Amino acid sequence: MERYSGFGLFKHALSHHENWQRHWRNPTPKKRYDVIIVGGGGHGLATAWYLAKEFGITNVAVIEKGWLGGGNTARNTTIVRSNYLWDEAAQLYNHSLDLWKGLSQDLNYNVMFSQRGVLNLAHTLQDMRDVQRRVNANRLNGIDSEVVTPERIKEIEPALDTSKRARYPIMGASWQQSAGVARHDAVAWGFARGADSLGVDLLQNTEVTGFRIRDGKVLGVHTNRGDIEANTVGCVAAGNSGVLANMAGLKLPLESHPLQALVSEPLKPILNTVTMSNHVHGYCSQSDKGDLVIGAGIDGYLGYGQRGSFPTVEHTLQAIVEMFPMFSRVRMNRQWGGIVDTCPDACPILSKTKVKGLYFNCGWGTGGFKATPGSGHVFAASLAKGEMHPIAAPFSIDRFNTGALIDEHGAAGVAH
Amino acid sequence: MFYIFCPYCDERREEEEFHPSGQAHITRPADPENCSDEEWGDYLFFRDNPRGIHHELWVHRLGCRKFFNITRDTTTYEILETYPMGERPTVTAERAGVRQEQGVQTADGGWQTVGARPENSKLNEETPS
Repeated sequence: MERYSGFGLFKHALSHHENWQRHWRNPTPKKRYDVIIVGGGGHGLATAWYLAKEFGITNVAVIEKGWLGGGNTARNTTIVRSNYLWDEAAQLYNHSLDLWKGLSQDLNYNVMFSQRGVLNLAHTLQDMRDVQRRVNANRLNGIDSEVVTPERIKEIEPALDTSKRARYPIMGASWQQSAGVARHDAVAWGFARGADSLGVDLLQNTEVTGFRIRDGKVLGVHTNRGDIEANTVGCVAAGNSGVLANMAGLKLPLESHPLQALVSEPLKPILNTVTMSNHVHGYCSQSDKGDLVIGAGIDGYLGYGQRGSFPTVEHTLQAIVEMFPMFSRVRMNRQWGGIVDTCPDACPILSKTKVKGLYFNCGWGTGGFKATPGSGHVFAASLAKGEMHPIAAPFSIDRFNTGALIDEHGAAGVAH
Repeated sequence: MFYIFCPYCDERREEEEFHPSGQAHITRPADPENCSDEEWGDYLFFRDNPRGIHHELWVHRLGCRKFFNITRDTTTYEILETYPMGERPTVTAERAGVRQEQGVQTADGGWQTVGARPENSKLNEETPS
């Protein structure tokens, strides 16, 4: 792998930038791998990279039916934060946040991680109580969260309407300074380039059509490019996890919904931070290119069409204009949807299954991007050792039968 | 945008009058006290999540406020039929092939679609900046 550096940029300038190496190879599938990862999005690629780098397992294939990072990794609103209520979730997302901090250096790839902070607004007394409770829980877990007043909010984000005239006046917020945004495509590309350089085969346009399972053990997968053997298979397929589980004869407590987002025309810098509101139900940040990146709710019905419904767009923009009246005449440029696999308790599933050697990493729902490195790291550790990593263990699929749910709905500033 | 036929109001109304309430035809265990953890968890949390034909419960929340069922394709978003509570669907995944040969089978409201068509793959391939 060619290392990127300032010197390299200078060197390539001499040849008019025409001799840059490809980011990754396009290999032919081998007959057999030690580990197969199904799904070449951010989480799957991160899993492959950590498997190779931290656990020395390089005979790995990542099987992707489309192109790398073309699903939800390309479709999210790039927010990274860790201010979750419950200990299990806080540890998982904070583990991820710690990895984000050094990720560009680790990958030798600029993921443009910018810790510009996140505000979770409170508009009612109950919102304020929830914020205070969550901030206290965060601080006990070592997360830099604080409760801020409307005056302080105005200093952080002057564009917000913090006046009493608003339909839903802002009473306060939680503020996590170490949160921020990252460049979503660069995350997928960085992990892919890193994994490839360590010998991982990234198989694009390869669709898993079934699993080879005998005596309750997984032996490999069937794909449209032939059968591939492996005794360990990790499925990281987000919205299509349920379809994969079906092929293996398993059922998951997931529902796939379209979650949409939209971006405006590019504006000069106006937003300093990420602003989220549960109550008026919208969230907004500004990309480095200048467009407002606006997040919307999910469509309430099941759907696999990667687009969202018009009523949701309307509700979301109502919320954004409520928070930022000055955006009322900003024109929206593009809108799209991704398929999120939502869990009943709004927490992911990182778990073994009834089939030996078959693991699932799914159910991230509407907030998986922030967890990309952490999810990849703990899932890789679990695949390498055959035992779930301690941070991943509480997220077992068994919790839906034992009752040990990690209920992050609403309480966590989850905006859906 | 769905244009949904309510079998009780006997007319088609806009999607925003309705609210989806998840999978239809889930039977509550007859004897909850004696369910195993497995059975009770499955009843509460585990759902079909198909790519394709799905039977789901909707409520006409800003209309008659009654619950009814919809059979819908989760990839094309085509509504294949709506039917009142207590009835069984006439369009099922097993019979989907038959339906295609015979054309679209309709309930009283006829079949309905949303704006974008799945065959227009460009709509599905949009990526953000």
